[in-house]
Amino acid sequence: MSCRIAQGGAIDRQQSIRFRFDGKDYSGCAGDSLASALLANDVRLVGRSFKYHRPRGILSAGTEEPNALVELRGGARREPNTRATDIELYDGIEAISQNRWPSLRFDVQAINGLFSPLLVAGFYYKTFMWPASFWEKVYEPMIRRAAGLGRAALEADPDHYEKSWAHCDVLVIGAGPAGLAAALTAARTGARVILADENFALGGRCLAERRAIDGQPAAEWAAQAVAELRSMPDVRLFARTTVFGVFDDGVFGAVERVNDHLPVPPQFQPRQRVWRFIAKQTVLASGSIERPLLFGNNDLPGVMLAGAVRTYINRFAVLPGRRAVVFTDNDDGWTTAADLVAAGGQVAAIVDSREPVIVSELARRFPDVQAFAGEVTGAAGGRHVQSVEILSRSGMLRRIDCDLVAMSGGWSPTLHLTSHKGSRPRWDEERSIFVPDMLPAGMRVAGAANGDMTLDEALVTGFRQGLTAAASCGFSGSMPVLPHVTEESARRVPLWRVRQASGKCFVDFQNDVTVNDVELAEHEGYRSIEHLKRYTTLGMATDQGKTSVVTGIALLAKQRSIPVAATGTTTFRPPYTPVAMGALAGHHRGLDFRPIRYAPSHRWASELGASFTESGPWLRAQWFPRPGESDWFEPTCREVQAVRSAVGLCDVSTLGKIDVQGPDALKFIERLYANNFATLAVGRTRYGIMLREDGFVFDDGTAARLAENRYLITTTTAHAVQVYQHMHLCHQTLWPELDVQFVSVTDQWAQFAVAGPRSRELLQRVLDPRCDLSNAAFPFMACGNLMLRNGEPARLFRISFSGELAYEIAVPGHRGDALIRALHDAGQDLGVVPYGLEALNVLRVEKGHVVGSELNGQTTAHDLGFGRMLSAQKDFIGSVLGRRTNLLDPARPRLVGIRTVDRSARLSGGMHFIPQQAARRIEHDQGHVTSVCYSPALEQWIGLGLLTHGPERHGEKVMVVDPLQGAETLVEVCAPVFIDPEGARLRG
Amino acid sequence: MRIPCPHCGPRTHEEFTYYGDATVRRPPSTGPDAEAAFCDYVYTRDNPCGLHRELWFHQGGCHEWLVVERDTRNHDIKAAVSARSVFGSDNAR
Repeated sequence: MSCRIAQGGAIDRQQSIRFRFDGKDYSGCAGDSLASALLANDVRLVGRSFKYHRPRGILSAGTEEPNALVELRGGARREPNTRATDIELYDGIEAISQNRWPSLRFDVQAINGLFSPLLVAGFYYKTFMWPASFWEKVYEPMIRRAAGLGRAALEADPDHYEKSWAHCDVLVIGAGPAGLAAALTAARTGARVILADENFALGGRCLAERRAIDGQPAAEWAAQAVAELRSMPDVRLFARTTVFGVFDDGVFGAVERVNDHLPVPPQFQPRQRVWRFIAKQTVLASGSIERPLLFGNNDLPGVMLAGAVRTYINRFAVLPGRRAVVFTDNDDGWTTAADLVAAGGQVAAIVDSREPVIVSELARRFPDVQAFAGEVTGAAGGRHVQSVEILSRSGMLRRIDCDLVAMSGGWSPTLHLTSHKGSRPRWDEERSIFVPDMLPAGMRVAGAANGDMTLDEALVTGFRQGLTAAASCGFSGSMPVLPHVTEESARRVPLWRVRQASGKCFVDFQNDVTVNDVELAEHEGYRSIEHLKRYTTLGMATDQGKTSVVTGIALLAKQRSIPVAATGTTTFRPPYTPVAMGALAGHHRGLDFRPIRYAPSHRWASELGASFTESGPWLRAQWFPRPGESDWFEPTCREVQAVRSAVGLCDVSTLGKIDVQGPDALKFIERLYANNFATLAVGRTRYGIMLREDGFVFDDGTAARLAENRYLITTTTAHAVQVYQHMHLCHQTLWPELDVQFVSVTDQWAQFAVAGPRSRELLQRVLDPRCDLSNAAFPFMACGNLMLRNGEPARLFRISFSGELAYEIAVPGHRGDALIRALHDAGQDLGVVPYGLEALNVLRVEKGHVVGSELNGQTTAHDLGFGRMLSAQKDFIGSVLGRRTNLLDPARPRLVGIRTVDRSARLSGGMHFIPQQAARRIEHDQGHVTSVCYSPALEQWIGLGLLTHGPERHGEKVMVVDPLQGAETLVEVCAPVFIDPEGARLRG
Repeated sequence: MRIPCPHCGPRTHEEFTYYGDATVRRPPSTGPDAEAAFCDYVYTRDNPCGLHRELWFHQGGCHEWLVVERDTRNHDIKAAVSARSVFGSDNAR
């Protein structure tokens, strides 16, 4: 049975659109929403409620919809809890109802309604308390199964989401009569204007009302306004775009549903785009939301907001019922009755809760309709409303058959965005509405959003606010001739709830909160609106109480016998309507979560089959497996042995490199580092540590004096950015008088460690033959500019992290690939191997060099055995607090080496030191193991750790325990250098 | 939040790195009270409700440290100036 009206409306009857709901095929028209298409097909039951699984229909025609939530699309594109009233109908759309089993018409959990005395406000605090043991096994799984509405997709979202920025002078939010008027006057001044509306059609209630503006239908006026705006070069129109949040300094968050109206977005197009609009001035013209009336079974399908009934009739050409009862506490409800009649519907009765004198005055305009001064006490019907019971003021009860109840409890300004910055709206007692009070800087409100409810007021305030907003940006214009509109009345005497109700009266439809729940919560002491909200869950569903919160506040005020103004409101927070996480993430997902930095040797390493790991933002080679090597262990041991016996190559470009220049470069470095650099000669390199001002170690690295006033300093990979920032902070705030400049050159130089007894031999093959690498000419810790055999420039540093004779050679970044290949090719007969991070780690543990595990922000120079490096001669960052007595306490956990007593035992990082005889308890904890590795040279597991009184305990045996894994083993404490403690090899 | 960088113009806060209080000054490192003065400098902070002067680094821009005067109640930014200009003249005194 079709409920489509033969003529009118903003739909295209020629363009039929096929869609599917709960597995059944239907057809609608272009221009329909899913909700209007369902109503056109006489589908009234569209979902089941959250708690009681009551049958629910379509309540509204907009984003405020609490009932008609559906799962849209399928598979990886399944989207739960979408509002049928918002969804633009497209060909092939598939939707299914939610929260029902086995079917929408017959739902097993509807039995919950019988247990409703158990499911009252705060039931989850009361009902499931006993026995305690039931909670985890019975109650929680049961509640979890019952809770929630739609199901999220279980597969990864196949679509793309984008983020973008747009700037304007005036942002207009909402394209109803007020918004269009504001955009027109602002744009005509030449200001850059952005107009955004959440709906797929611009026009707002111009499309929904049977009104005339200057003698033409309001929809026509809107279309002309849109056309004029579209023709202006500095105006951008955004339909399907919800401004969901107001942030600081004129920043607005908005989501544009670019391709939600298609089953699959076209290639290379996003499904949605998150905008940040930057606006100097804003006109908020977000309209208003109608309030339901509270009578028995006011949630039955067929009970609808009166304004929504008009929208379905006038915009979508759908008659949502054949025989209607209108129930209102204001004049606006009567307009609905008129529109129903005009569309060929039958109005069985108008019930107005106000004084009989008002009702009879209005009734004169509707001679054919029965008008009652009184109330609807309740609606009746199974899965759909079939009749209502009316109690007239004279006390007479009567039942009237109907299939539609249009209710109006007045309209609430949609002022959410005025409060996102923290201010609360003000209660206007005269009009019984909340109105915006303190506004975010640069924001103005026009039309119904400001409580100016009539079309006339919307246009006037829109024109004026658009003009003043543009004027604030320096653009001038004039007020247009005001269009002529017929008069209307917005009189209202708020009813809130009927005096005598038969059946449950729902305040919050989506969370199934009734009048009784609100009263009970107040009775139990939840008297603050914020407590009431959390106890009853009123306003906490996905609709955030758009149709319920104001009524809830009024009920609480009534119950407490205090003015509504004293009750206050709950807090409005972004987003205004739900925003998909995918849209907020944009392209930052998977591999694109953040940029990946590739080392200069990456391609070469990939060709060799290296296994890579993330190291901060970098991807670094872990090991280079050879055929037959299946895990990490074999290649790592082989690489370590090759470095110790021949020569290895490792990309160390990821270390931070900062070029420091200027007459005061030395002074600057002296103040940054804790150790002495004054005696460092040109052409030499020195290891250095930086402290934080609190005296703990910040970072370590080397500083190479390349020239009299030029140093190249290196940082750890992890702290490169922080060190660079820290240097700027020190220079710009502590010592701006120092004549020094520095810049990060990490990306500009590729740098490779060439380590092992045959490293000198290998380097000589790629360097200019005139370069003398002998100990005399280029000793340990030397540095200098050299030339490659092909004449290209290079830098060489004789530094060693492995403890072997070793160098680091640097070339401009883009030559890194060529150099690593040249080195690898030139050293084949020397037994050269590439080595990765794992081998690098073994080599440094064997030498007791510290890295991030030891430089963990909680260790001092003293803890790490660098105490004697600290200069007493100078002031440097950390010099004062680093000398604090407690930080020099030998009882602090300090760096030691450990080796297993049982040579076959394994170690793992994070194990804790416990004295041999002590219980494995936290009070006996003496520190922890920071780094471990299997040492191929020692043929056993070794490690570094921070042990209380560590350096005094070499030779002692201590347990290391891992209570998580239940592992423990005995270790011998030793000096943290396992190989070549005299350092003969690196000087060789 | 947008910070009006004196070099780059108004830029979104994601380009900046927050550091902290810009009103504290590094005390002299010598003298009997040096340790107490440094403890105060490193650890003691006011938590003002209202205008606060704080250091921000324009990491995604000019690499300058800025002294930003921000209202902690509502993020209103009164001014943002180069830290050099503030600390330079302080140190000169």
